[in-house]
Amino acid sequence: MAIQRPAGEFDYSYAYDMSTIRQRWQWALLLLFLAALYTLPLYASQSIVSLVNRIGISIIAVQGLNLLTGYTGQISIGQAAFMTVGGYISALLVNSLGWPFPAALLAAALGAGVIGLLFGLPSLRVKGFYLTMATLAAQFIIPWFTRQAFPEVLNGAQGVNVNVPVMFGVEFNEPGKYIYLTLTILIVTTTVAHNVSRSRLGRAFVAIRDNDLAAELLGVSLFKYKLQAFFLAAVYAGVSGSLMAHSLRHINSETFNLVDSVILLGMLVVGGLGTNLGAIFGATVVELIIEGATLSAPFFVKLFPATAAGMIQALRPLFFGFTLMLFLIFEPRGLAHRWQLFKAAWRLRPFSH
Amino acid sequence: MSKDPIHLNVDNISLSFGGTQALMNVSFEVERGEILAIIGPNGAGKTSTLNCISGFYRPDRGSISYEGQDITKTPTHKIARLGIARTFQNIALYTGLSTLDNLMAARHVQMRSGMLACMLYWGFAHREDIEHRRVVEEIIDFLEIEHIRKAVVGALPHGLRKRVELGRALALEPNLLLLDEPMTGMNLEEKEDMARFILDIHELKNTTIVLIEHDMGLVMDIADRIVVLDFGSKIAEGAPEEIRNNPAVIQAYLGQEY
Repeated sequence: MAIQRPAGEFDYSYAYDMSTIRQRWQWALLLLFLAALYTLPLYASQSIVSLVNRIGISIIAVQGLNLLTGYTGQISIGQAAFMTVGGYISALLVNSLGWPFPAALLAAALGAGVIGLLFGLPSLRVKGFYLTMATLAAQFIIPWFTRQAFPEVLNGAQGVNVNVPVMFGVEFNEPGKYIYLTLTILIVTTTVAHNVSRSRLGRAFVAIRDNDLAAELLGVSLFKYKLQAFFLAAVYAGVSGSLMAHSLRHINSETFNLVDSVILLGMLVVGGLGTNLGAIFGATVVELIIEGATLSAPFFVKLFPATAAGMIQALRPLFFGFTLMLFLIFEPRGLAHRWQLFKAAWRLRPFSH
Repeated sequence: MSKDPIHLNVDNISLSFGGTQALMNVSFEVERGEILAIIGPNGAGKTSTLNCISGFYRPDRGSISYEGQDITKTPTHKIARLGIARTFQNIALYTGLSTLDNLMAARHVQMRSGMLACMLYWGFAHREDIEHRRVVEEIIDFLEIEHIRKAVVGALPHGLRKRVELGRALALEPNLLLLDEPMTGMNLEEKEDMARFILDIHELKNTTIVLIEHDMGLVMDIADRIVVLDFGSKIAEGAPEEIRNNPAVIQAYLGQEY
């Protein structure tokens, strides 16, 4: 589908043609939207703020997965394992060594990235389904490591408590404050993901996804770029895991488990693989649906004999699975594609094409 | 650059897959600035030869040298860096990208921005993108594909996709262009367009072209020299008029009269 420009708008330079935000009103809308998010704690309830906080953190992990699975085409179900790595690294650095939070976050990102690189090595030999199985290994080895290794530091299956991040004398100890941290980092990760996808690196990623043989013959080193994709995905997971750990104030081997990895992949499918918008849409919608499961539990308890907690446990995977199934059947290209269609139709109205 | 007229030297290469002998002691030379056609019946080993040159297959025996440098063992992704570009028999475009991005993706080897520059984008990567966009736009103009600049190539018709693929190979600014059946499945008009583009590339940029094609009339018209393969062996080599009257070639195509 060719890009539809609004009537009367022309590209007068390559830079303008390539720009993402093209007009003043688009800047205004974006700033307005961000302002609305940043002022959320002033007018929204605590539960909504904490939901938005959770959505933000999920988006970061999905953005990373999108770079790896959406753009580079290497399906991974180990993303949550790299969140575990990031969470533990940042928790230990802040708790035991007293590092300031930003430094710990950076270390968590890089540490997770290096571990991701390690688990990305099989991608040079195996493809598709077999690679997915290889990423699954991360999901077993890393939690096992946190349970078994260095019990005096990692505290075995109990996990570790995580300090609240303190920056500029502010304690980010409640969702109303934490959300500023999440949003700010989310803006950075979104910008970086967008930049990667539109530059040389992103084109190399897509080349590998769409035709790895042609990519190699046209000069893209599969070795280098597959590993870079794994690294970036794990860096995003590390950031997301660190944020989540500090927000929950506790982390153990089960905080980010296999189900989370699958849910992250599901978010990406719902949103649309290989689009930056998709990562945001997918994580938001799936988190909202899972929240919907929690909210609708009291209603279902009236229909079926169960405890409220048990009902929530039962409904969450049910709602998620059902959503995923519907999307795979009716909109396999995800919400981002639907959004593109909607935009095109809006610009062409009142004509049909 | 050396003044050696021999651009590419394929020396006695053999290739087999399991029990199938795909190439047997094939040797030929490609001179600088010529259009060399490789012809032969189906399964003769034409594409295998091209795959060996572009580093996708490794010959079991023999060697290939380009500009006097042995490239038999060069890693596949480094071949493009030497100035060798190719198109594929079954179009191998990046189907999810637009025409423009396909060509930009092919500028990969000419571009420098690393991971950090790409993450920051503004500054170096952005400038570099614009700089290479200029080159790509020239190729788009040359191939007359302006109208599909932003169309996703997966949705384009066959003829246009073939043209985009040629554009992608050109975006590498190759010295040696390998074209694997650039005119399959085209109607007469599209074939003539494609022939015109190939001749224009050859004339304007003095690119050496190695071409595989089945349309004999066309091959005879545009090739300077022809190499004929049959069952993995070279059976003839020479100017078009020699090949046209070569009994071995006629036999390979039409069979022997008893």
